[in-house]
Amino acid sequence: MTGTASPAEAADRVVGAVLSGLQHGSDQGIVVDSPPGAGKSTLVVRVAGELAAAGEPAILIAQTNEQVDDLINRLAATGAHRQIGRLSAVDYVPSPRVAQHQVVTVGTRVRDLDGSTVIVGTAAKWATVPEGTWPWAIVDEGYQMRSDALLRVANRFQRALFVGDPGQLDPFSTVESERWVGLTWDPMQSAMAVVLRHNPGLPLHRLPVSWRLPASAVPAVARAFYPFTGFRSGTGSTARRIALEAQRSAARSAHDMARSALDNVARSALDDAVELAASRGWALYELPARHTVRTDPEAIAACAALATRLLDRRAVAYSESAPSGRPVSPDRIAIGVAHRDQAAAIRALLPPSAAAVTVDTANRLQGREYDVTIVLHPLSGRRDATAFHLETGRLCVLASRHRHACIVVARAGIQELLDAHPGNTAVHLNVPVTFPDGWEANHAMLAHLERYRVIAG
Amino acid sequence: MSTLVALARALAFVQGVAQPITMVRHIHCAERPMVFIPLALAGEANAPLAAMVGDDPDRPRLLVVPQPRNRDLRFAFAAELASILVPHFERFQTVTEVAAPDRTGQARWRSTDAPQVVVANPAAAGFVRLFGRSTRFRRADGPYAVDARVPVLGQWLTFFAERAEYPGSSLLVTLTDALAMHWATGQSALEDTHLPALLAWIEPPEGRDGATAAMLAEDPGIWPPAGPATDPDFDNRVLAPAIEAYAAATTPDAGTLAECQASGALRDAVASQLEPTWRLMWRAIALLRALPPGVRVADRWAADRDAYTEFAARLEGSGLPQPRRDGAVAAARRLHRLERALAAFTVQRAYDDPLIMAEYRLTGEAFVATVLEADRLRIDTSGRRRTLRPRVTVTTTDPAKPEVGSTWISPARPAQRARAVEVVVARGAETTVVLELSGGMGRALTPLPGSVPDAGERLCYTSLADQYVPPGDFPAPEETPWTHGGPPAPASLDAVEGQAAVASRRGDDLPRDDLPRDDLPRDDPAGEEWS
Repeated sequence: MTGTASPAEAADRVVGAVLSGLQHGSDQGIVVDSPPGAGKSTLVVRVAGELAAAGEPAILIAQTNEQVDDLINRLAATGAHRQIGRLSAVDYVPSPRVAQHQVVTVGTRVRDLDGSTVIVGTAAKWATVPEGTWPWAIVDEGYQMRSDALLRVANRFQRALFVGDPGQLDPFSTVESERWVGLTWDPMQSAMAVVLRHNPGLPLHRLPVSWRLPASAVPAVARAFYPFTGFRSGTGSTARRIALEAQRSAARSAHDMARSALDNVARSALDDAVELAASRGWALYELPARHTVRTDPEAIAACAALATRLLDRRAVAYSESAPSGRPVSPDRIAIGVAHRDQAAAIRALLPPSAAAVTVDTANRLQGREYDVTIVLHPLSGRRDATAFHLETGRLCVLASRHRHACIVVARAGIQELLDAHPGNTAVHLNVPVTFPDGWEANHAMLAHLERYRVIAG
Repeated sequence: MSTLVALARALAFVQGVAQPITMVRHIHCAERPMVFIPLALAGEANAPLAAMVGDDPDRPRLLVVPQPRNRDLRFAFAAELASILVPHFERFQTVTEVAAPDRTGQARWRSTDAPQVVVANPAAAGFVRLFGRSTRFRRADGPYAVDARVPVLGQWLTFFAERAEYPGSSLLVTLTDALAMHWATGQSALEDTHLPALLAWIEPPEGRDGATAAMLAEDPGIWPPAGPATDPDFDNRVLAPAIEAYAAATTPDAGTLAECQASGALRDAVASQLEPTWRLMWRAIALLRALPPGVRVADRWAADRDAYTEFAARLEGSGLPQPRRDGAVAAARRLHRLERALAAFTVQRAYDDPLIMAEYRLTGEAFVATVLEADRLRIDTSGRRRTLRPRVTVTTTDPAKPEVGSTWISPARPAQRARAVEVVVARGAETTVVLELSGGMGRALTPLPGSVPDAGERLCYTSLADQYVPPGDFPAPEETPWTHGGPPAPASLDAVEGQAAVASRRGDDLPRDDLPRDDLPRDDPAGEEWS
């Protein structure tokens, strides 16, 4: 990798190359791949600022309203823009983080936003803009965007910067899409894939440093999900730590909550898992092997109990941004699952003190960041390993949202399940092979977690 | 598989008979469906061997290719099939009605009825698609010329196969899929694609349970496979000798007695494989017809008739065959249309059918409630204008826990929105919700009779909305952006999208693959004998 340069220098070098390509290059597009938490948004904001300074108005295309509002908040904070346009649907109500900025103008039509140095909107909204061409577009989260969504907006710009994380979930559709497999413009691919297949010569940059993931997480995540490109951690192995301020026994009374549901969960094993994660960044909380329904009551209870236990033990996170420590409050904890019904079941079990803990599916956790995550393994308790549950992106998103520690809850026997279900997806002509495949990534991740196993009950 | 369907399958297994999983029929049943049973020759992809076809259960037409390896005979088969199907497909164009104007305000007409093709199983639907592909690029002149109706048949079959991809469409009905949509059996989904076994579960004979009846139905000696693949035992013992006998009897002077006898024997052999399926298919159609149709089936059939009318007009206009592959814009458009059709079908099915709505009640996306009290004449005076905003208090024992501010719709009054303004979750399983109604009550400040539910009424509220979503905008094919390979070469614009560009080339060469790249396989339609 980048030899002896410090993480900051290595990252600056890539950002510098992107910016110089923007100013002096003649390519129609520039592609930037970014591992989790590598400063993708920072790059987007910086590029928008440079383009505004050069007098070249740009449009910014994000995928969700949430992402648009986040970007606007950060764009406004730089002070580099005379006016920021927020292109939005008729029923959009500006969120507080957008409304607080004087420079932001909200409009439903481009003509309402004249004079903006940058106009931000979702891909769906941009698709309704029938005319106008801007010299530059910045497409954020290009791996979440579907090829057909890009097709609808691509005539709005001449040149574009595409930014995204290749480890995200692939776009999907509920209808049969086999008839397009093998076409270079298959509408089911990601926007990034379609651009690169038609323009293989575009410059491709990779952000080399994850500022989010701790040093304990980077080797495992990089090996499992980014085996050929890799990346490094922005912080050293001692920069991040979690201290548990309450003792194992002392914390009991804090919430003698939801006992009926959680009583079965062995408390000492919970404490072992929380302590292991606090000290080493990972824990695998392993339940006995069993085939279960999707909302496996024991696994669901374990997820809720681990979150509660973490709060009971009054975890405090020390890091480069909070050297004197910051409590791991409920809003700094996320529980990630594969299905919505699992999320609903976990939410129902959380006691009021933990109600602010985020419980969501991998799709919705994309692009978000927490101190500690608790992950219900997508293959836990299953009889089969379907393409949905094997998808590389799903596990990657779940395993890369944390700044400090990640606790995985799973039933034993996933390795055997994987071995019994080798990948059987059809191989099609003229479809580029993507690595790693989900089967391989799942095995790599489990082999890693093996060393952090706590056996429950 | 949803929870209720899983339950129905378990019940079917225990009780030994298929269980209904819907209360109404969700497909359209035509008055005179065109039943089509193709058989293919083993060992060669999609080579037609025979077909039984017709719209009258008592008068099936049998078509046989006596020597399936002979290309001329294959196209003679295609021409004979075309002489039956094409006039049937065209017949429905003559009577039209006025339809709602299109997006540009242009007046539209649609046929009052449309042809419906019924096949036995997904493999037969696949045969329709592939046979359409192998015939629609044929030409009536030049080398390997075929009967002029053959390419027209190919375009029709392609139209039916492509329309069948639309969720909720009934132009091409696959019987095993249609039956499995309405009944759950105690066997696997794969086994459900075997028509005799599926029907054995739905209607087991007296004194037998479904599992036994299905097992007996799997004996190809009693129930030959519904095609297109034939029973290997039949192939070896009956078909191969019969074809050999025919080949031996064929002499340069056609029509000898021996040849007639050999071809007659072959026809009888093939008919024995087709007739049981023919009877089963009409039985299955009768079963479906006996179900009461869902309210919104007619709307979807109207969309099918629109598609039919449009295609018939296109066939008379440019007459260019559908391209082999979708271009970048065509692919994105089609995906968009399919997704819209699926979204609409999902909602409409639930609106039409309490048993399907029950699935959403389990997941909290719908609830059935009793109206406790109704404030019919409530006027909201908080805004600049006085508006009619009745409130109803309803109570439910369903698992749904509506959030304050969420919007609900009752399938009984689809134009009306109900916003939850107050939710009380009682200790038991009961939830009381105060709903504020808007829309669907007329223009006055008093609601039209029956537009506001009365106390005591039991009704369903769901968060699924059957609302019109305007179609998305896509660039024209000649404006395909650089991200998607740029505009295709002019000659390769496909017939639908590039009509302007292609119109001037009418009678010109067939449309080529719209793939401007050289590393992809490309076949020259005119030189290709059989694809």
